[in-house]
Amino acid sequence: MTGMNALLEVSGVSVTFDGFRAINNLSFSIAERELRAIIGPNGAGKTTFMDIVTGKTRPDEGKVLWGEKSRSLLGMSEAEIAKAGVGRKFQRPTVFEDQTVQENLLLALRNPRGPLSVLFWRPTKADLARVDELAQEIGLADQLPRKSGELSHGQKQWLEIGMLLAQEPRLLLVDEPAAGMTLGEREHTTTLLKEAARTRAVVVVEHDMDFIRRLDCKVTVLHEGSVLAEGTLDHITKNPQVIEVYLGR
Amino acid sequence: MTTSFLRRTPSVLWFLGALALFTLTVTLLSEGYGTGTIPTSFVKTLGMTLCLCLVAMAMDLIWGYTGILSLGHMAFFALGGYMLGMWLMYARTEIIVVQALASSPLPPTPQEIRDGVAVQIFGVVGGSELPWIWALAHSFWAQMALVVLVPGLIALIFGWLAFRSRVTGVYLSILTQAMTLALALWLFQNDTGLRGNNGLSGLQNLPGLDAVPQSVMSMWFFWASAAGLGLGYLLCAWVVSGKFGSVLKAIRDDEARVRFLGYAVEHYKLFVFTVTAVIAGLAGALYYPQAGIINPGELAPIASIYLAVWVAIGGRGRLYGAVIGAAFVSLVSSWFTGGRAPDVNLGFYTIRWVDWWLIVLGLSFVAVTIFAPKGLGGLIDLIERRRTPNRHGADLGPSKGSFREGEAAAE
Ligand SMILES: Nc1ncnc2c1ncn2[C@@H]1O[C@H](COP(=O)(O)OP(=O)(O)OP(=O)(O)O)[C@@H](O)[C@H]1O
Ligand SMILES: [Mg+2]
Repeated sequence: MTGMNALLEVSGVSVTFDGFRAINNLSFSIAERELRAIIGPNGAGKTTFMDIVTGKTRPDEGKVLWGEKSRSLLGMSEAEIAKAGVGRKFQRPTVFEDQTVQENLLLALRNPRGPLSVLFWRPTKADLARVDELAQEIGLADQLPRKSGELSHGQKQWLEIGMLLAQEPRLLLVDEPAAGMTLGEREHTTTLLKEAARTRAVVVVEHDMDFIRRLDCKVTVLHEGSVLAEGTLDHITKNPQVIEVYLGR
Repeated sequence: MTTSFLRRTPSVLWFLGALALFTLTVTLLSEGYGTGTIPTSFVKTLGMTLCLCLVAMAMDLIWGYTGILSLGHMAFFALGGYMLGMWLMYARTEIIVVQALASSPLPPTPQEIRDGVAVQIFGVVGGSELPWIWALAHSFWAQMALVVLVPGLIALIFGWLAFRSRVTGVYLSILTQAMTLALALWLFQNDTGLRGNNGLSGLQNLPGLDAVPQSVMSMWFFWASAAGLGLGYLLCAWVVSGKFGSVLKAIRDDEARVRFLGYAVEHYKLFVFTVTAVIAGLAGALYYPQAGIINPGELAPIASIYLAVWVAIGGRGRLYGAVIGAAFVSLVSSWFTGGRAPDVNLGFYTIRWVDWWLIVLGLSFVAVTIFAPKGLGGLIDLIERRRTPNRHGADLGPSKGSFREGEAAAE
């Protein structure tokens, strides 16, 4: 991975929470349309890494550069970063539970985000068709008028992935998408993510090694806030350090 | 587009129909235009109640839909009243002064008239000069513009400062209370130029219409209030019917998530805060001519807390709920506190409602919050047989103003 075709480049980033270094001189880069898995023990800083990229947490030092113009994401608000093309799925499913599946997808659909344009916006036929198509993809086609709070845990995770796809981001950050899913649901999720990675970069954080194996992509191991190892899954699983801090537990 | 709006929000037609029927009934029973069954003073009470319903709807938009518990919207309401009150008082005094000066040999100059008006209005606070804030008071249209601009600009500046620093939850509520208190204290001072604790009075008389009896005038204001409430309902229902309403509810339940979808949450909050402040100002401008008097006591922090109580009792997050809550509680409250409710003699103690009403109201608020979070509006759900989701006690989102389990309805 050279800096030339990187979509996201994180270099020398550190974050300290009350004296505790959650991210320690982390450097990391993702290419356009790359699928990447991140693994690491609890507290390794995986979620914090996503917080930094999406503007939720400001690092103490380091650079986060985005796109072919190498724009810095650090001065931007969460909403601006999202509009620039970074989408994020949280560790726990977060959908708008008091609203229907259709309303959730319409909210995420890539359209103007300002208050005035939203006030006068009404869905076109194309918008509704796109929502139907997405619902089909995430297996919720027959659930559109249901309040999303009533969906099962797995369905909520998919709805959230559907909302991410609706945003049409260039980079998708996905935090533990398979947590709490049944085996069948996990397989569907793998398919969704691999499909998504054909048109955009996708970074998946996951603890489940079988899930990672099915993704069949380059793996980065985080430990104590920095990269411990990087490579294919087979390569990683043979690394003695990785076995010691993560796999051997 | 219009038809789909009405189809998506069937409550609009019901609401407008009920309001029209109510207005017609009151008109036919009024002293000014009907049988005289309803005394003029009660027509005024009803007209004022409609204005309270309007401001409660604004409160529902900011709290029930957006999740921001503003405890300052009655300040905007009172400011609207002050702005229109200034014109009413100035214009009427001007007519009196001109009449008084008519007997003098030379026709009065505009300056003499202004001075005369100033002495009349500010004699009570020992002033004889018109303060600068009265510069436009002679013009109806200018003061009407201020009814919108003053609450709107104060809300815009306050909201910009508060939302930009991401103040939420209890802290924001306290800030809005502080704003209300500061405004009230400022108005209490005589040198503010709004007659200190005397406030503005005689607002029930429209300038130049002394010949029109109050029984007729009260109906005009009643109609205006009904029209204001109807238009306000249409506007609010339209605002929340589409994606905009969807964004507001999303902010209420999980504002962090809305940011990651690319919406600038602060801009939405500021927009709604300002628009609702303007609606509150307009409602106040309709209310105080019917009340006849306004003073800084109207900006007491407690008034804005009552507003939240009305919306909670009516059921937040549904516009008709806010209207029902405001109408019900304010009418019942004026019945109890107006000395019309009979005392209850328990032998050893006599319950005087004037003293006990606030306690009853407080207890009902607690009871509704705990046992019927959907409030009076939830009765409609009973009729429509809409279920409440079983979420094992979980709220619908992590935001501080998010819906609680009992407030939501399953589809
Ligand atoms: N806002 C915060 N304040 C204080 N400490 C924090 C904060 N956010 C994260 N941390 C700490 O930083 C470390 C990294 O946390 P992070 O959530 O990034 O781990 P993770 O790799 O996502 O772990 P998991 O696999 O459990 O999700 C943890 O020790 C955590 O306690
Ligand atoms: Mg995590």
